Amino acid sequence: MADATAPAVTGGHAGHGGPRELQHHFDTMEQQREASSFGMWLFLVTEILFFGGLFTAYAVYRHQYPIAFAEASRHLDITLGTFNTAVLIVSSLTMALAVWSAAVGRRKGIVLFLILTMALGAVFLGVKAVEYSHKFHDHLVPGPSFQFPGPHARPAEIFYSLYFTMTGLHAAHMVIGIGLLTVLLLQARKGRYTPEYHTPVEVSGLYWHFVDIVWIFLFPLLYLIGRHLH
Amino acid sequence: MSEHVVPRSVYFAVFGALMVLTATTTAVSFVDLGPWNTVVALAIAFFKATLVVLFFMHVKYSPRLTQITVGGGLLWLAILILITLSDFMTRGWLPVLK
Repeated sequence: MADATAPAVTGGHAGHGGPRELQHHFDTMEQQREASSFGMWLFLVTEILFFGGLFTAYAVYRHQYPIAFAEASRHLDITLGTFNTAVLIVSSLTMALAVWSAAVGRRKGIVLFLILTMALGAVFLGVKAVEYSHKFHDHLVPGPSFQFPGPHARPAEIFYSLYFTMTGLHAAHMVIGIGLLTVLLLQARKGRYTPEYHTPVEVSGLYWHFVDIVWIFLFPLLYLIGRHLH
Repeated sequence: MSEHVVPRSVYFAVFGALMVLTATTTAVSFVDLGPWNTVVALAIAFFKATLVVLFFMHVKYSPRLTQITVGGGLLWLAILILITLSDFMTRGWLPVLK
């Protein structure tokens, strides 16, 4: 029992043998890897329902105020929105290639693709900051200074409340993702990840792709719903 | 190691499909299809998400346990959305009692 709090023993627990990264409560590296990836998926399932609650709120209010939502959506910048969607898809590709590089043992590849993924994440957040500042300037931020022309000001404010909550939460996930990738980058530079052991790269990749998927739904539901009008 | 390494060509193909689908959903949003605009947008988004889950997230090559977990998560998401909407979308169907 005292063993549980003891500092990590180099070379695994004496007598167990096996690779250095194999924790003593797993039999094989494969079992350990599958357990980690399963654990990450369990977390992602809670994330699906976390964002799912917001998507449900969106569905309820959009059903109630379809015209106001379409009008409000037209004030979002479709060029920046489409650009950011492309940026995130490229970042998912570079993340997948970082995991691939780890799986085939290309250390320089892991470092390069992690840096690219982080840079693309930063571009996404930068564009988001520009969009947010435009909304402040245009009085489209819910609160006392919210202004919206026409008869739909109140439900339009609900649309923008959902817009800022959903994209803000998504952006927070991006910031956390970039933080995770920073740790991976430092470890990868030290040659910590090998074809036998690169689970942190793999499960962080799952997280990054999940955040991309959330945006895949946010983009059409927020930016594209009023374009066919007028 | 018995881990399945997906060839890079698969990633590039999925990436290409995701970009084409993004361009498609943006272009279609400018065409007036009535209520079908939402249906098409969501269908394309689900298809894109499926590509990401199956290939970028390796679920196609994952153990059965992982696949069932992902499916279970989606099932509960569907329950959350469908049961909530079955309330809100049907509230106007009944006459108001005084």
